[in-house]
Amino acid sequence: MINNFDVLKVRNDFPILSREVHPDVPLVYLDSTATAQKPLIVIEAMDDYYRRHNGNIHRGVHTLAEEATEAYENARAKIARFINAKKPRQIVYTRNTTESINLVAQSWGRKFLNQGDLVILTEMEHHSNLVPWQILSEEKKLRLEFIPVDDNGLLDLAVYDELLAKNPKLVSFTHMSNVLGTINPAKEMIAKAKAAGAVTLVDGAQSVPHFAVDVEDLGVDFLAFSAHKMVGPTGIGVLYGREDLLESMPPYQGGGDMIKKVFLRSFIPNEIPYKFEAGTPAIAEAIGLGAAVDYLSSVGMETIADHEHKIVKYAMDLLTQVPGLLIMGEKEGKRGGVTSFTLEGIHPHDIAQILDQDGIAVRAGHHCAMPLHDRYRIPASTRASYYLYNSVAEVDKLIAGLTKIVKMFNG
Amino acid sequence: MDDLYREVIIEHYKNPGYRGTLEPNDISFEDENPLCGDHLKIDLRVDEKGNVSEAAFSGHGCAISQASADLLLESIIGKNVEDVKKLNKGNVLELLGIELGPVRLKCALLPLKILKAGVYGLGEATDELVE
Repeated sequence: MINNFDVLKVRNDFPILSREVHPDVPLVYLDSTATAQKPLIVIEAMDDYYRRHNGNIHRGVHTLAEEATEAYENARAKIARFINAKKPRQIVYTRNTTESINLVAQSWGRKFLNQGDLVILTEMEHHSNLVPWQILSEEKKLRLEFIPVDDNGLLDLAVYDELLAKNPKLVSFTHMSNVLGTINPAKEMIAKAKAAGAVTLVDGAQSVPHFAVDVEDLGVDFLAFSAHKMVGPTGIGVLYGREDLLESMPPYQGGGDMIKKVFLRSFIPNEIPYKFEAGTPAIAEAIGLGAAVDYLSSVGMETIADHEHKIVKYAMDLLTQVPGLLIMGEKEGKRGGVTSFTLEGIHPHDIAQILDQDGIAVRAGHHCAMPLHDRYRIPASTRASYYLYNSVAEVDKLIAGLTKIVKMFNG
Repeated sequence: MDDLYREVIIEHYKNPGYRGTLEPNDISFEDENPLCGDHLKIDLRVDEKGNVSEAAFSGHGCAISQASADLLLESIIGKNVEDVKKLNKGNVLELLGIELGPVRLKCALLPLKILKAGVYGLGEATDELVE
């Protein structure tokens, strides 16, 4: 498969990749973990919607409203197929992964979790899978416990087993760390959680864009992910849910479209997924996400995963040779397309700023995972991340830039 | 851009003159930049006339914020606290001698923000202090 993959051809699909960041300095985009770039097919799908089909969905009778509704719902069906959900009604549109997790916390959590209930999270979570549970816990007095991360960036599954013996109600964890690139053994962890009687939520923000994720195979109860990290637009995300769980959950927000009937003092909620989609949604963005799913499917998720694995391995081999550079997470084994690192004596902000001079976009900071950085006893790191459109030549530019920085500060 | 990392900034970052802590002190304040988690603490000793006699900073941060702290403290030695209260964004940029975009401006102004919260005796350092 990988031999047939032409990264230059893929790059041509993304208009932004041909821009210059400074005069004669082309963009080297190594920040896809924060947000991915968009192929023309996604941009055009949204453009076409606004040029030709813009109308509010669901209750309109006129042609535009019909077309908008059809496109919006078609996208939902595409997304369901993409993650192998049984039915489109299991796909709830949200704003992003964060909102999807908040929806579960505020709807399912508020109804089904009670004082003293055990919720298992991990030390490598993004703030989006920590703070919603902390907020709920203020009200509910939950017991939040965390699976530790070992020095190789892997979850300590022995501790997970111990926690599972304490009657957990929910296990919620990231499929792939946005800092370490660790891909957690989700299927095994879900099976164990189920055996312990817990509901499971997987943060798929970094997995769904980068490799094939099959909700039926995983057996997961909830899966949250964002469009913008999978070459789709910002402003739209997805909560996949097990049908009976979604049915049992109360509405999260009230307003238009989430109701079946409204009286002055009461309402009857709409069926799923509309029950959770109050107000006019991000219609163009949903259609854009549908186009993104088409695009990723046309390239093939296995091809994408293979390519990223090749790039990240190449990057790891070279990064480890930069003097004073320490990579967070596992050095061997299979990691996702993320390399976070520190350079001795040089702050990540300075690294990112100087790399930008060479057109190289990386991220500096705690990447919304402050507890994970605390665990490694560092305030911040620099992160270079890779996607289907990145080439080995771009990795070479990163290495050259880092070598220059080391000389500048330590020379 | 090379201007951004001109020698004076790298020099103050690598060999700061005012890094450390003062115990006891007359004024001490610490805070962080929530964007990057950088943490900075500034301690001052002030004489009976209200002039800054000694100053020190501690914590961790990028070259821009650390150099800014060092240059800022250097500039206020001997100054009256009332004059320190009047310092603004322009003074810091003048000390650094560079132009900064909105994100890095936060790094450069973190020391001033903390310094002013300290001399004003405020509970928290807000962006309003350095506007």
